[in-house]
Amino acid sequence: MEAALDAGVAAQEPSAEARQTIVLSVPSIVCGNCIRSVENTLRALRGVEAARANLTTKRVSVVVDPSVNSAIDLTAALEHAGFPAAPLIENAETEQAARVSELIPRLGVAGFAAGNIMMLSVAVWSGEASDMDSSLMDLFHWVSALIALPAVAYAGQPFFKSALAALRSRRLNMDVPISLGVLLATGMSLFQTMRSSEQIYFDAATTLLFFLLIGRVLDERMRTKARGAAENLIGLRATNATLVAPDQTTKLVLASTLKPGMVIAVGAGERIAGDGEVISGQSDIDESLISGETRPRAISIGDSVYAGTINCGGSLRVRITAAEDNTLLSEIGRMMLNAEQSRGRYVRLADRASQIYAPAVHVLGLLTFIAWMAVGAPWDQSLTHAIAVLIITCPCALALAVPAVQVAAMSRLFSKGVIVKAPDGLERLAEIDCVVFDKTGTLTTGELRLETSDGVDEAALGRAGSIAGVSKHPFAQALAKAARAEGMQTRAVTGVEEVPGSGLVTTSMGFEEKVGSAAWAGVEDRNASIWYAAEGKPAVGFNFLDELRKDAAACVSELRHSGYRVSLLSGDRRAAVAQAAAACGIEEWTGEVRPDQKLQAIEALKARGCKTLMVGDGLNDAPALAAGHASLSPASAIDIAQTTADAVFQGDVLQPVIETLSVAKAARRLALQNFAIAILYNSIFVPLAMAGYVTPLIAALAMSGSSIMVTANALRLRSKALRLPNVGASA
Amino acid sequence: MTSLAWLVPAALTLGMMGLAAFLWALRSGQFDDLEGAKWRAISDDNDRIATKTDRSQTDDA
Repeated sequence: MEAALDAGVAAQEPSAEARQTIVLSVPSIVCGNCIRSVENTLRALRGVEAARANLTTKRVSVVVDPSVNSAIDLTAALEHAGFPAAPLIENAETEQAARVSELIPRLGVAGFAAGNIMMLSVAVWSGEASDMDSSLMDLFHWVSALIALPAVAYAGQPFFKSALAALRSRRLNMDVPISLGVLLATGMSLFQTMRSSEQIYFDAATTLLFFLLIGRVLDERMRTKARGAAENLIGLRATNATLVAPDQTTKLVLASTLKPGMVIAVGAGERIAGDGEVISGQSDIDESLISGETRPRAISIGDSVYAGTINCGGSLRVRITAAEDNTLLSEIGRMMLNAEQSRGRYVRLADRASQIYAPAVHVLGLLTFIAWMAVGAPWDQSLTHAIAVLIITCPCALALAVPAVQVAAMSRLFSKGVIVKAPDGLERLAEIDCVVFDKTGTLTTGELRLETSDGVDEAALGRAGSIAGVSKHPFAQALAKAARAEGMQTRAVTGVEEVPGSGLVTTSMGFEEKVGSAAWAGVEDRNASIWYAAEGKPAVGFNFLDELRKDAAACVSELRHSGYRVSLLSGDRRAAVAQAAAACGIEEWTGEVRPDQKLQAIEALKARGCKTLMVGDGLNDAPALAAGHASLSPASAIDIAQTTADAVFQGDVLQPVIETLSVAKAARRLALQNFAIAILYNSIFVPLAMAGYVTPLIAALAMSGSSIMVTANALRLRSKALRLPNVGASA
Repeated sequence: MTSLAWLVPAALTLGMMGLAAFLWALRSGQFDDLEGAKWRAISDDNDRIATKTDRSQTDDA
């Protein structure tokens, strides 16, 4: 559509070389009215030539004049209209779209050819039983050849290319026997047509391509959908930054355009857009995504801050320092790159099967040819029988077996809010026997809850909650929320002064009241998170816990019950980690681990033969996510974690982790069943083919039958009730 | 039998026309937004991509 839009605009205005198409991700488009408001909002802007929303991909392509308007103005306008939007990196998107639209025309051509050749073939087959003229039969064969040759040459290209690439690197994949079967069947049929023989397999060759292309298209489609959804999730987390020019004017820019030396302003509650050094202001920084630590860190002038952390207190000026190689991000990136290499060596199930299957098929074909020659058959008859063997064994069912199951599994998970991104992710997830969780943001929701187990001072809570209501600091907000949750009446308090990095103070009741850090309230005790001190009374402390996800304990016990080894690795303080581990029933836990130590812990598990699933959300988890045998990330995770993880789950419960594991295991079981069906079918028809009893009609029936059977078996996964199977239970 | 001389080409031509129509629809983006199409059908808005005359009119206004 983008291309069409571009072409349309270009045709209307040949002089408009300055037009630019910007693709925005707008996840909140859900109905026709949204389409209209989004398009009208954008079209009303100056410099916007055209805007078209796509409800399926939840994206909008906008043609703009870049000198008048930019992505940042568009997102600002949409946000104002109630549709949070983010620009997408364009090249990746267009490249993908090109690949899908390359497969579908091929599918159309293969379908056309298969249908028409089948029409002619049925006439020939029924003619054989009655009184069909041999010259008419020849005519039909020639017409079939006329359709089949260009169709095979065009529709078969994805398979031929892949087979050629595999052979060049001296490997065998499923496409090698497919290509060989199709090419030999077509070539031999052409030869037999010239000799007016009856062994014509044009229908088999084209039907085969048609079925296989259906599998490819479905697979590619699901993957594009998953990748698009993942990109949309990440796109929204990309932050804008407020750039401060040397003359103190401010401008909103994309975080990706920041360069070292620039100065940005960061307001309270905003995410810091880049690594840098604080040059003015004082505040608390929530670094939970970076370090796993739930308590904000106090910072002031001269301290360094990292991209992705949240400014909780006062406004800051930050000078960006992130030069090429020494940012936290590039450090983590290097670790991830090394860790990912081991995963690149994973060989997919279908390719493993083809490494045994392909040589076996070729040897059988050769044996058939030699055996028929040996018993004195003419060479062309021997070759025809050998080709019949190749066509029968052509792994139609085998090549559909895995993709069909994967598509069914991925669409089932997609509907549950789990986006599987890695092509071999499901297969690796099926082998998991050990689950490692991160704490903050993964086992926990990342939200703060007041600890009420040893009773709270209600009067103090009500008063402190009322005062805290005016602040944006996460502890203050949590305190106000907790006061309301405890049934306290909170009142609007006037004259509250906020001291960044310390706390709040008011004298509206005639005496001084302070809410804030221990030092601010004048107490030595550091156990509580936030304090309330009224003049002349002892200070009251309130402690906050990072609340566990509702079903965390249930999920952990279900995993342990099924024999999974569950452990917890967190960058948070030991005491907090111990508490969370106890609440979930996890026995193996480690606190205060750095990112490289997480990575080492995963490597150690791997060395002991465990297939580890890493579940984590922070930057400190990213290397471990890359190193794990498989990895999962919540949708709230930092973008680098989401990109690294094999799958991303949405929602505020942990149940998707279990769902993902059970679907992955069920998918593996179904894929193996499908292999069994394919092998059973081969063991019946291959001996027939070798003995020379397979006619084109039998080949066509057998092939379609087995393809439909494996697809139907795979579709069972969509509706099947699943429970988590035990580790090591036979697949 | 002679009827086959035009029936077979006729069948193939019809098939080719169908294939051509499918490929045209694919190229021109008819399948790009299946979800949105059903909503656009009932929308009263002028759903064309704005042409030059439309734009100059809005610019004037």
